[in-house]
Amino acid sequence: MANIFPKWTNHLPIQILVAGGVLFISVIAGMTYYFTPKYTRVGYQPVQPVPFSHSIHVNQLGLDCRYCHSQVENAAHSNLPTTQTCMNCHSQIKLNSPRLATVRDSWKTGQPIAWVRIHEAPDYVYFNHSAHVNRGVSCVSCHGQINNMAVVWHHEPQSMDWCLTCHRAPENHLRPVNQVTNLNWKPEDEGPGKDGKLRTQQEIGEQLKVAWNVNPPVTCAGCHR
Amino acid sequence: MKYFFLAFAAVVLAVVLIAGPRGYKSTNRPFEFFPDMDRQPKVKAQTESVFFADGIGPRQAVPGTVPLGWDIPAKAGGDKPEMQRATNGYTAAPDYFNTGKMGDRWGDGLPVPATAALMKRGQDRYVINCQICHGANGGGNGVTSKYGWVGIANYHDQRIVDMADGEIFNTIANGKNTMYGYGGNITVADRWAIVAYVRALQKAQLGRPSDLTPEQQANLK
Ligand code: HEC
Ligand code: HEC
Ligand code: HEC
Ligand code: HEC
Ligand code: HEC
Ligand code: HEC
Repeated sequence: MANIFPKWTNHLPIQILVAGGVLFISVIAGMTYYFTPKYTRVGYQPVQPVPFSHSIHVNQLGLDCRYCHSQVENAAHSNLPTTQTCMNCHSQIKLNSPRLATVRDSWKTGQPIAWVRIHEAPDYVYFNHSAHVNRGVSCVSCHGQINNMAVVWHHEPQSMDWCLTCHRAPENHLRPVNQVTNLNWKPEDEGPGKDGKLRTQQEIGEQLKVAWNVNPPVTCAGCHR
Repeated sequence: MKYFFLAFAAVVLAVVLIAGPRGYKSTNRPFEFFPDMDRQPKVKAQTESVFFADGIGPRQAVPGTVPLGWDIPAKAGGDKPEMQRATNGYTAAPDYFNTGKMGDRWGDGLPVPATAALMKRGQDRYVINCQICHGANGGGNGVTSKYGWVGIANYHDQRIVDMADGEIFNTIANGKNTMYGYGGNITVADRWAIVAYVRALQKAQLGRPSDLTPEQQANLK
């Protein structure tokens, strides 16, 4: 009787095992690397209808975030500015610039500018800007150095893991409330403490956490209500 | 086995090249792997709506709408009777606190107690909203004046020093000539805080030693 299985098939089981193992591990590795907001969201930088630059308006002119995002301290939602907010200045400055044509059209017709939304939490998550901003969590902790961006991109993953990392150790992010919109703030700016040494983020954070009794929710119902 | 590894390497290379590293700048909308209930059919703040013909989710008030807001009446009311709230604290009542007008002329005086906290609040709001044009000391020399904007009002002009508080309040709310209104961005109470701070800026620039009590004058020397 002839051999049904030729000699090379002796290695087949081990080869299938090795190939299967390699495939399995690489699929898992690929999923952990790619199937997370760290990959899907970070770096999202859509083309906006107006080439608006935060670095010109914040760094160069010195506008405060709240001149435009005026409800961020009072509301859950941080609003985008109205067309009038742009026209406050652009009715006088650069009033013929072609890059501002969309703004002028919007001002004439009353149709809002269709800004493309970048940061967008899922609708089953309860998120509140005012709860964070009034407790010394800066925009920079959640949005990155917006003041240096010519075009805004998604800088932090804003996943559930990311929220919880801060909620478990908020002292790494707290700062005095009047410095929340100063994205260049450094703990050293607060000057030396009692011992004459410059103070660290840890010290300032701990102190504020105790002073304000900061206690961010880590139970499911805190964010999924 | 050799062919398997070659094919495997080619696939990995293709995936890495197409997908790129984390943080790679991209204009594509983020992919949602499990989109269950991520986007619910409700209108959230500043979103589009397919229901209305103009596509705007948040609607404007129909002309003639009567505001039903309510503030705590105890909060407002100055020392003069005209400053007292007209009706029982409806947010859009046509009284001095909301309009800056007493009868049909601009009223003078703050309808809220002038406390240190009010000044602090006024300073805070002034720096955010007004400093960019009117400058840190109110001289009309803010950043925008360096970009060719002439005619930004100087608070130290006698005309504005003599101006009634109610008129400044109205300028903040509704604007004046080339200055657009800030009524949509600044709450009514904050507008009065800013008025108080504008007065303080004028005092800081135009105050004279004779404004001080004799003891304070002695301290100056
Ligand atoms: C002159 C007005 C103005 C100022 C000042 C300003 N912004 Fe913005 N901001 C905008 C506009 C307009 C957009 C929408 C267009 C865009 O994304 O570039 C925006 C978008 C954003 C976004 C992204 C919104 C989204 O869709 O997810 C963030 C985050 C943001 N701003 C944060 C800040 C922070 C932090 C500051 C202060 C350092 C600031 N902004 C100051 C006008 C302003
Ligand atoms: C405080 C006044 C101020 C406000 C408010 C403001 N801008 Fe500007 N913007 C400026 C100035 C000043 C420049 C010119 C900067 C320069 O020339 O370097 C400018 C430049 C620009 C430019 C570049 C124009 C060009 O031709 O290079 C765009 C686009 C722009 N702004 C969009 C906006 C939008 C959109 C808004 C509303 C969200 C806005 N700006 C609000 C003051 C303002
Ligand atoms: C604790 C984290 C956190 C802080 C601090 C924070 N944000 Fe946000 N921001 C978010 C999240 C999460 C979203 C998405 C919210 C949503 O989809 O409802 C968001 C969304 C936004 C948007 C987009 C809203 C829209 O409709 O397009 C703007 C603008 C914005 N933030 C501005 C700011 C500014 C300005 C500050 C500082 C004063 C700030 N944020 C501070 C987490 C934060
Ligand atoms: C950089 C730190 C930081 C990040 C990131 C952060 N938080 Fe918070 N959050 C805080 C702090 C601090 C408080 C506590 C405020 C207090 O105790 O008053 C808080 C409070 C809250 C509260 C309770 C507020 C209320 O209204 O009851 C909710 C809900 C919340 N966070 C949701 C979120 C969600 C959702 C995210 C992720 C998108 C997030 N947070 C990301 C720091 C953070
Ligand atoms: C600090 C706020 C916070 C707390 C506390 C929290 N979550 Fe979440 N959760 C989020 C955010 C934000 C998201 C959306 C993440 C995203 O879009 O990447 C989320 C998403 C989810 C999802 C959907 C995941 C998906 O991709 O479909 C589930 C399920 C969930 N959370 C369950 C829980 C459970 C169970 C708990 C309690 C153990 C909990 N969460 C506590 C903020 C929170
Ligand atoms: C975008 C620049 C800009 C900003 C921001 C701005 N103003 Fe003005 N303001 C002007 C200009 C320009 C004038 C001169 C108007 C005219 O008479 O043509 C003016 C005039 C005034 C006047 C004098 C009005 C009169 O009757 O002559 C007052 C008072 C005033 N502003 C207060 C404020 C206050 C308070 C704020 C902050 C809430 C503010 N302004 C923000 C540009 C600005």
